[in-house]
Amino acid sequence: MIEIDGLIKAYGPRRVVDGVSLAIGRGEICVLIGPSGCGKSTTLKMINRLIPITAGTIRVDGQDVTQLPVERLRRGIGYAIQSIGLFPHWSVEDNIATVPRLLRWPEARIRDRVTELLELLRLDPEEYRRKRPQQLSGGQQQRVGVARALAGDPDVLLMDEPFGALDPITRGALQQEVIRIQRATGKTIVFVTHDIDEALRLASTIAIMRDGRLVQHASPVELLERPADDFVRDFIGRSEIGLKLLSVRKVGDRARLNGTAIGEPIDAGATLRDALAQMIAQGTQVLPVRDGDGETGRSLALGDIVT
Amino acid sequence: MRLRAILRGPVLWVGLLFAALVLFMPALAPVFAWAFPGYTPPVYPASFLSLWLSHAGLVAVSSLIAAFVAIGAAIFVTRPAGREFRPIANSLAAIGQTFPPAAVLAVAVPVVGFGSMPTLIALTLYGLLPILENAIAGLEGVPPAVREAAQGMGLSGVQMLRQVELPLAAPVIMAGIRTSVIVNIGTATIGSTVGTLTLGTPIINGLVSEKLNYIVQGAAVVGLFAILTDLVFERIERRLRVA
Repeated sequence: MIEIDGLIKAYGPRRVVDGVSLAIGRGEICVLIGPSGCGKSTTLKMINRLIPITAGTIRVDGQDVTQLPVERLRRGIGYAIQSIGLFPHWSVEDNIATVPRLLRWPEARIRDRVTELLELLRLDPEEYRRKRPQQLSGGQQQRVGVARALAGDPDVLLMDEPFGALDPITRGALQQEVIRIQRATGKTIVFVTHDIDEALRLASTIAIMRDGRLVQHASPVELLERPADDFVRDFIGRSEIGLKLLSVRKVGDRARLNGTAIGEPIDAGATLRDALAQMIAQGTQVLPVRDGDGETGRSLALGDIVT
Repeated sequence: MRLRAILRGPVLWVGLLFAALVLFMPALAPVFAWAFPGYTPPVYPASFLSLWLSHAGLVAVSSLIAAFVAIGAAIFVTRPAGREFRPIANSLAAIGQTFPPAAVLAVAVPVVGFGSMPTLIALTLYGLLPILENAIAGLEGVPPAVREAAQGMGLSGVQMLRQVELPLAAPVIMAGIRTSVIVNIGTATIGSTVGTLTLGTPIINGLVSEKLNYIVQGAAVVGLFAILTDLVFERIERRLRVA
């Protein structure tokens, strides 16, 4: 869906993005991560040309982004940022309708789209559509920000640390929303963060950057199991790699048909980390596993988690 | 409800007082005769209505021109293409402000002659700076996040200006226009020294012929006019801020 090839951004002699090549498949959530100043945001902003490309190419859906008129390109790509940037003089409805209006959709269709998006983001349409951004909490504002980014029904969504300024609970809730929305709509999402836990939670693939270069591009499990070098190992948190692996592995992949277990069952879709937490809480070493259809034929033992 | 709000606000009452003074000044002749004994006639012998109309017209036209020029210049110097002209625009407007209006009149009269023209020029020059400064501040005060989001969604430059920047800057721009208009209502009185018909005419006349009552009458009407205008602008500004 997005092919980045030999991407360079230079300010004078200094290269803030230096030869990044990256392929992001349709329907993936690719998380760009790295320390401050590693070029992750710059890379993201070159996709919708908010920052001009010095050299290299970016293709979205096979189309070179520099070949499209810039406004048309941007109207076809959703964009959500940490500081949200809702228009304070417009209602929630008008904010969400920004791109559909630019695309000259009929008003009735825009109205329906706003209702649909408010529902998707779990904001009651009748309560919220007339409100002003100032009347919303930070989390609600970012929900509107995400709805606005989705409004034109773009195939690609760019998110630049969208939840960085939110409290942990709101942030966790919105991360769940992103996963849910991505599953429901099949959007391709490029997501910038510096929070490795957020990356592990959301990503289909993680691209770790350092000093403008791409260090490793891999799935979360692969990244944890085979970090490319010491920098990646340090960035993930050397001493916690084992625990982080638990949070990306699923119960269903480790559960075994070895008899019955008693106690509160755990979902096959839960992470091993959840399972471990539940074992500790219940003081047990074996948990029954609830599969998708509700049967509890399998169980998960402490040994299955560790090995 | 609306009626009560209007009755409670000062605009209506100041407006009524002002209208009464402009329309029925001659009726106050006995009062002035008592307050300023020995001055005849007790009331300035011309229609205050026509003086006010001429005065208000001058202020309106000069402020409109100043607003157009200043807002246009502010838009230009806040675009990427015009950024380099920003210091120049600022200093030009500052020069317009530092020139005493009387000096502008003195320079303008030999060029354009006596009448309304020199006053119009002086008022326009004098009104530029507050509007320019506020318009630049307003346009630059648009939060960077709003700007980035607007750009990222694909608003063109013109759409950004019309839909985002100008509406957000409007209250600040309006405050600049307000300052400019109020200052010019006062300054316009000086125009009477070069033969422009304004509410300053009774004042200048009174100064020349030592008639204190004329001065008081002219000053009272100009003062009330300025206060009334200020109140109206305050209303407009408040409305813009809510919107």
